[in-house]
Amino acid sequence: MEILVCVKRVPDTAENEIAIKSDGTDIQRDDLVYSVNEWDNYAVEEAIQIRDKVGGSVTVVTVGDSEAEEVLRRQMAMGADNGILLADDAFEGSDGRGIAAILKAVVAKGKYDLVLTGAQADDGAAQVGGMLAAMLDWPYASLVNKIDTGDKSLKIGREIEGGNQEMNEIDLPCVLSIQTGINEPRYVGIRGIRKVASIEIPTYAAADLGVAADAVGPAAARVKRVDYFTPEMGAGAEILEGSMEEKIDKLIELLKAKGGLK
Amino acid sequence: MAQIFAYITHKGGAVDDTAAELAAAAQKIDAAAQVTAIVVGAGADLDAACQGAAKLFAQVWKFDNAALAYPNGEVVRKLLSQVVPAGSILLVPHDTFGMDMAPGLSIKLDAAYAADVVAIESLSGTELKVVRQEFAGMAHTHIAVDIAKGAVLTLRPGSFQPEKGAELAGTVSDKSGDAGDLGTKRRYLETVEAEMGDVDITKADVLVSVGRGIEDQDNIGVAEELAEAMGAVVSCSRPIVDAKWLEKSRQVGTSGKTVKPKVYLAMGISGSFQHLGGIKGSPFIVAVNKNPKAPIFQVADIGIVENILEFMPALTEKISG
Ligand SMILES: Cc1cc2nc3c(=O)[nH]c(=O)nc-3n(C[C@H](O)[C@H](O)[C@H](O)COP(=O)(O)OP(=O)(O)OC[C@H]3O[C@@H](n4cnc5c(N)ncnc54)[C@H](O)[C@@H]3O)c2cc1C
Repeated sequence: MEILVCVKRVPDTAENEIAIKSDGTDIQRDDLVYSVNEWDNYAVEEAIQIRDKVGGSVTVVTVGDSEAEEVLRRQMAMGADNGILLADDAFEGSDGRGIAAILKAVVAKGKYDLVLTGAQADDGAAQVGGMLAAMLDWPYASLVNKIDTGDKSLKIGREIEGGNQEMNEIDLPCVLSIQTGINEPRYVGIRGIRKVASIEIPTYAAADLGVAADAVGPAAARVKRVDYFTPEMGAGAEILEGSMEEKIDKLIELLKAKGGLK
Repeated sequence: MAQIFAYITHKGGAVDDTAAELAAAAQKIDAAAQVTAIVVGAGADLDAACQGAAKLFAQVWKFDNAALAYPNGEVVRKLLSQVVPAGSILLVPHDTFGMDMAPGLSIKLDAAYAADVVAIESLSGTELKVVRQEFAGMAHTHIAVDIAKGAVLTLRPGSFQPEKGAELAGTVSDKSGDAGDLGTKRRYLETVEAEMGDVDITKADVLVSVGRGIEDQDNIGVAEELAEAMGAVVSCSRPIVDAKWLEKSRQVGTSGKTVKPKVYLAMGISGSFQHLGGIKGSPFIVAVNKNPKAPIFQVADIGIVENILEFMPALTEKISG
């Protein structure tokens, strides 16, 4: 099976405090720790496991700048066979539809049976996979947490509310967005990354993909970020101050009053 | 003004809580809007759901078809791409169904798409201004949506307060005949229920809930010791289950269990809406987190900025005496 996995380099929200720049145009990006989007990591692991079972190849692709190459290499160190970087100034400021249009062009250049994305990334929109499928006119399923391979179709599980699982049969080729927990992504060490350090990663710009520059980027975007802001919140939590001892004493008192401690 | 539609999810003949939230959100877009609810399904349950929707919306479009008996995202997308007029605004809940169906529909309708909207600010001309969150709820953004060719918006459940006005008496129109071919390349097979675990966290009065802040499987014992000292039960956020450190049956959230404790201790949990969606009944929430800006502090009653790996053992020791 020829599998394409779409990945994104994102600030690691488990490692960073996110702060907004004073002019609201962006978050403060100096000193941020970046990594591959958590959901994408599960998607790549799943693709590798499918390939190891039924044969074929795994290609990882990202739309980004030259720094995004590091996540491609990391996923290749995991076991992906090929990487493709889609980079062009014209891509900057694209909305979800723009990103999907760029990815559609790269799908058209290959011969893929299956395209995987993470269920969502740092903007929480969970949109690119479904848009890409619609543009390709391929069937789509989101939040996939189980894949059984078949000849012309797959049997898949989708995670729905309450942790229940919606089982579907889906024809190939198709696009699936992958939910965390579907597998246990393998560990990648420095040595693994060194091994793939010299592999050539082709870079395609808009012209290479046959993407019209005005079909992507800010001019084509129908959804635009006006600013980042800090909302007026309610009072929020009462923050306990003092030494750890003092906080513990106060908390025990409160827990007793609220029935949390006998 | 663009026509506004709301996609209604329902179960066992009852409309979902999100239906009233979509109605409230539609009023925020246009207070004078005559909103049309779209309700799909098959048989008696569908009729009951349409009656429920008619109490919230001026018009209800009913689509009765055996292919819609289980509203698989692919089938519903195919239907909506046939029947929603070009240029409309369609509101859909941002749940596992909406995430599945809506992005692709926006492409099929050639409409703008805004996902997981938490507030609607204003409409001027063809620019609809909405609020979203990014970076796991740590940053808010204003988004300008160009609705000139219509828009599909998914709305975060629980974010729009239903209005406590009089019930409407909307008209239900059977539009089933407008549906064309509903064949798809994805077929629903069955729903597998989540497994029951060794403990039932939904029955606990006091939960010690751990998140990614616990850092390592070996530290789970620290939470277990605290729970034991308190007579509480250990629950967790999703990453702990994904890492297989605790069983799925201990996961709190929209894709886990809905709990109703009296006291909830969130230890190293950031406070994502999917996690908070599983906490009901307004418990007394204590959050311990090393990041003073963690979103959980917005919803907690008591906040403590500490490293849980130091705080929990110290608390256990003090309680155990
Ligand atoms: C469709 C869908 C369904 C989902 N369903 C659920 C669900 O049911 N339940 C659920 O929980 N999530 C669910 N999620 C995932 C959710 O979006 C979040 O990713 C998840 O809740 C984050 O868990 P967390 O708060 O433990 O981790 P994080 O967001 O990584 O937060 C960890 C927190 O710990 C703090 N911390 C780190 N180290 C320490 C320390 N030593 N001491 C103190 N604090 C520390 C950090 O400051 C941070 O605030 C779902 C996601 C999707 C897309």
